[in-house]
Amino acid sequence: MTETGIALAIACLLIAPLAGAGLAVINTGLGRGRNAAHSMMAALCVVSVAAGMYFICGRAFQGFSGGHGFVILAGGKPWDWMGAEPWFFRGVTTAEPLLAAWFGMIAAGLAGLIPVGAGAERWRLGAILASTALLAAVTFPLFAHWAWGGGFLTQLGVNYGLGRGYLDAGGSGPIHAVGGITALAVTWIIGARRGKYSSEGMPMAIPGHNAVLVLSGCMLAFAGWLGLNAAGALLFAHVEPGRVPLIAVNTLLAASGAALASALITKIRFTKPDASLTANGWVAGLVASSAGCAFIAPAEALIVGLVAGALVPFAVELLDLRLEVDDPGGAISVHAVGGIWGMLAVGIFGRFEAGDAGQMLAQTVAVATIVGFVLPLAYGLNRALDRVIGQRVRVDGEVQGMDLYELGAGAYPEFTTHTDDYR
Amino acid sequence: MKAAGFLLLLSGWALVVAALTLLPAAGTRVIFLLAGLGVELLGLVLAFRSHLTPKEDRA
Repeated sequence: MTETGIALAIACLLIAPLAGAGLAVINTGLGRGRNAAHSMMAALCVVSVAAGMYFICGRAFQGFSGGHGFVILAGGKPWDWMGAEPWFFRGVTTAEPLLAAWFGMIAAGLAGLIPVGAGAERWRLGAILASTALLAAVTFPLFAHWAWGGGFLTQLGVNYGLGRGYLDAGGSGPIHAVGGITALAVTWIIGARRGKYSSEGMPMAIPGHNAVLVLSGCMLAFAGWLGLNAAGALLFAHVEPGRVPLIAVNTLLAASGAALASALITKIRFTKPDASLTANGWVAGLVASSAGCAFIAPAEALIVGLVAGALVPFAVELLDLRLEVDDPGGAISVHAVGGIWGMLAVGIFGRFEAGDAGQMLAQTVAVATIVGFVLPLAYGLNRALDRVIGQRVRVDGEVQGMDLYELGAGAYPEFTTHTDDYR
Repeated sequence: MKAAGFLLLLSGWALVVAALTLLPAAGTRVIFLLAGLGVELLGLVLAFRSHLTPKEDRA
C-alpha cells in the first residue's frame, strides 16, 4: 500500500465511526421515548464490547490474506476456513495490519449495533452485550475471514474459476448481512413486544418517538459510510486511491436513489411519504452500496439504490404483517435484505476483465453461506445464550420502560413518561 | 419443525459447497448450486413458519 493510500485510509477511518453513531440515533428515534436512554446506552456499550472482543480474538479468527489459517484440502483444492493469527493483536505492528485491525473494530461494532434495533424495547442490556460479544468474537470474524481474510469465498476465483472470488469492498456481507441475519435470529428468540400483535395476529403500529432523530441519524450515517466504504475498498479490495471519488459518488447516488424510491412507494401506497420508511430506505441504499462501491459505474449505483429502497417497504410489511417478526428498527429489512441485494449487485453490475463470468456465481455462494450457515450459527449461539442468562426483559420492565427499569432514569425527565399504551 | 428448518438451511449450504468441490462441469455445478439455494429457501420458510405464534397461544 502506498503512503497516499495509507494517509487516505486513516482519513476515512477517522470518519467511519459516524456510521455507528448514525445507526444508534436512528434506532433510538424509532423506539418509544421511555426506552431512548437505554437504546443509546446499549449502542455505546455494544461498540465497546465489540472493540474489546475483536481485540481479544476476533482479529485472530478473521486473519488476513496470505496469513495463517485453518486449511483443509477438498477435491485437491485448499479451503481456508478460519484465521489462525495470534490473539490480542500480537504481531500487528506495521501500518497496513493496524489499519485493518482498526477497521475491524469499527466494523464489528457496526455489526453489533444492527440487532439492537431489532430487539429494541424488550432486550436486556446484559443480554445485548453478551450477544454482541459472541457476534464480535465468532460470527463476524468468521465471515470476515471468508470475505476479506483470504478465506474460502475469496478463493473461489483461484480454486474454481468463479470470477475474482467473492468481492465485497465495504461490507454489505460481513457487516450488514451478518448483522441483519443475527437480528432475525435474536427477534425469533426474544419474540415480539408486548401488545404488538392482537389475539387475531394483527400487528399494532407502534410509532417511534422522534422522527427528527431518525432523519438526522441518516445524515450522520452517510458521512460514516463514505469513510467505511472507501477504507474497506483501500484495505481489502486494494483499489488505488484515485478510485475513492468514484466510491463517494456511488455511495451518495445509491443512498439518494434508495431514499427517493422508498418515499415514492410509501407515497403511492399510503398517500403520504413515510418518514421512518424513507429513512430506512436511505440506510438500505448505503448498505447495498457497500459491496460494489468500487466496482460499478455511477448509473449502476443509482439502480442498486433504487432497488434497495424499493425492497425496504415491502420487506418491512412482509415481516411485520405476514411473518410476525417484530423489528422496531427495521434492521432485518435494511441490513439483511439490503446487504444480500448489495452482494448480488456486484455480480450483476460489477465491471471486471474478460473471463470473469463466474462472478455472479461467487456472489451467490456467499449469499448461500449467509443464509445457510450464518443464520443457523447465530441462532444457535443466541439460543444457547438465552438458555443461560435469559435475553428478554421481564414484563414489568417492558411496561415501565427500559430506561427506568434497567437504568433507573429516563432520557427526558422533564416530560411525562407514558405507561404501556399497548396492553 | 424449527429444527427441521435449520437442518434444511445447513443441508442447502452443504449442497452448495459440495457442488463446488465435486462437480467440475459448469452446467451441473450451477444446477446443484440452485438446488442448494432451493433447499435453503425451504428451510427459511419452515423456520419462519415455526416462529409464528400458534392461534391457541394468542389469547
